Amino acid sequence: MNIHEYQAKEVLKAYGAPVAKGVAIFSADEAEAAAKQLPGPLWVVKSQIHAGGRGKGKFKELGPDAKGGVRLAFSLDEVKSHAAEMLGNTLVTKQTGAAGKVVNRLYIEDGADIERELYLSILVDRTVGRPAFVVSTEGGMDIEAVAEETPEKIHTLPIDPDTGVTAADAAKLCDALELTGAAREDGMKLFPILHKAFVEKDMSLLEVNPLIVMKDGRLRVLDAKVSFDGNALFRHPEIVELRDITEEDEKEIEASKHDLAYVALDGDIGCMVNGAGLAMATMDIIKLYGAEPANFLDVGGGASKEKVTAAFKIITSDPNVKGILVNIFGGIMRCDVIAEGVLAAVKEVGLQVPLVVRLEGTNVELGKKIISESGLNVIAADDLDDAAQKIVKAVKEAA
Amino acid sequence: MSILVNKDTKVIVQGLTGKTGTFHTEQALAYYGTKMVAGVHPKKGGESWTSGVDAAASLPIFAGVGEAREATGADASVIYVPPAGAGAAIIEAIEAEVPLIVCITEGIPVADMVKVKARLEKSKSRLLGPNCPGVLTPEECKIGIMPGSIFKKGSVGVVSRSGTLTYEAVFQTSNAGLGQTTAVGIGGDPVKGTEFIDVLEMFLADEATKSIIMIGEIGGSAEEEAAQFLKDEAKKGRSKPMAGFIAGRTAPPGRTMGHAGAVISGGKGGAEDKIAAMEEAGIRVSPSPAKLGETLLEVLKG
Repeated sequence: MNIHEYQAKEVLKAYGAPVAKGVAIFSADEAEAAAKQLPGPLWVVKSQIHAGGRGKGKFKELGPDAKGGVRLAFSLDEVKSHAAEMLGNTLVTKQTGAAGKVVNRLYIEDGADIERELYLSILVDRTVGRPAFVVSTEGGMDIEAVAEETPEKIHTLPIDPDTGVTAADAAKLCDALELTGAAREDGMKLFPILHKAFVEKDMSLLEVNPLIVMKDGRLRVLDAKVSFDGNALFRHPEIVELRDITEEDEKEIEASKHDLAYVALDGDIGCMVNGAGLAMATMDIIKLYGAEPANFLDVGGGASKEKVTAAFKIITSDPNVKGILVNIFGGIMRCDVIAEGVLAAVKEVGLQVPLVVRLEGTNVELGKKIISESGLNVIAADDLDDAAQKIVKAVKEAA
Repeated sequence: MSILVNKDTKVIVQGLTGKTGTFHTEQALAYYGTKMVAGVHPKKGGESWTSGVDAAASLPIFAGVGEAREATGADASVIYVPPAGAGAAIIEAIEAEVPLIVCITEGIPVADMVKVKARLEKSKSRLLGPNCPGVLTPEECKIGIMPGSIFKKGSVGVVSRSGTLTYEAVFQTSNAGLGQTTAVGIGGDPVKGTEFIDVLEMFLADEATKSIIMIGEIGGSAEEEAAQFLKDEAKKGRSKPMAGFIAGRTAPPGRTMGHAGAVISGGKGGAEDKIAAMEEAGIRVSPSPAKLGETLLEVLKG
């Protein structure tokens, strides 16, 4: 689960991390009052969307010369005019895709005098199975580009879960970031704080880009991006409250209610599969035969008829879907349950597009019988290869 | 021969009394009489469990893993405990020094697995999973949730991060007449007990295993590390014919594809890099998940 920058900063501030003063607003009317709460004379007006690259992003509705999604303001009037221009418009960044995201919230923040921009993140390093710091002196830019061009400027430090961040660890991070004087003092305090927040709140990513050294020599968390481990949300009701569902795909929200793993994609062949690996492989094989998948959907190992019906309805609610492929290798999942779920859904929502069903595994004969006797126009397939070729062909013929 | 489990493996079940634990224990008992010896439940110690399909099949329940192991001499434990308590269940099994721990549970918080991993490194136990289908040696022992009916005793070692793709590989090698020595699901989570390298080492050392299928997916770098391992071993003269597959060629970056570990992040963990590394290590990577058996047959023909 992702949260907005201003929410991430509140979480980190509660742990004692140095962040600027700021106020979140939802309408342009609130801009002046928000800015007046801050000392000035420099303000930063920041679009709050769940995507990076906001500064360099462009608003769809504004001309190509208009400023981006993060703007400096040198007067209260400027804060107001930026807010009016940004709110309600669609920001397109490197990470949003061409559709962009509507900006519904802004964060008005106290400006800072920046001396140096650094990069810091914490994530779980899979090779060692521990949280690790990733730091670089090259902050404020795309860290993937830094990793590509100057990998020697990126330093990784895994943290022992039994000890947490030791003084030696913090010193290593200070050295890697070339921190001296007051900034070093701040760093020695900040790194254990960030690690503690990461662990206690079950974060999956904590990224501070940039972490800045200010002209007065102190450190400040200038931007913050935080994601949480969805599997641990049950023990963090305070984090669940920060969820902004306007940032999520409607079909994905519906899927999460039914405990279905669903990811919306751009293609036209809807897929319903059991198992994450097989679901990915089904997308891959559709592409292999020249078409594009409309979604990733894993109904799970022990889905009920109701869950299968819900899954089918989510797929058919996507107007881009021109054909559906159901691919089940039943281990625990019984093929007859899948067949009944598909039939129930078709009865409820109708079937306007070709449907190919491939069933294998437990109770396969019964499942096939239920479908063939249903009188529905379902194309049966023998194996995954056959199924993919049949759905791609059917969609091309129908077009 | 086989790896990890055989007809003598004695298995206890953590989470036996739940619906999932009960169903899969019944299935395991029905699969060539897998030696399921006891269940564990903190509040039901002293009671017993009876199969719903075979009234004669009954297992004692102990309050703790240590007690169960002492009483039965079990050498493996399978865990069906729900996610919130599964990390603690694995740690209990580690503390009881169970040699092989298989955790089926999906959805364990990563932070819990970080704690487990730290304990595991200081122990003698091996953990398979979590979020895995388990391990099966045909006609001998079934631990976990794999469907026994698709297996055939034979010569292929199967190792995979995905459950259902394990079934594809097993089904296809059975149909191709090759059969399997052992199939091992290592699981779809980012922090787990056993990696490809561990299982590949066992398959290379197992005389009965004549060829190997390895199925990876996007996320992390375990496939690349496995490829490097295979290259290094080949230099020492240790190699076996291999076919492979990587799921997620079409997955968009930054999105988690069902498995917690299946995500391309920071430009890393994409399918193409993995495929290139595996091919460089001599693995024939099938572009289609439907042609794993066929691809392996081609490799074996030379």
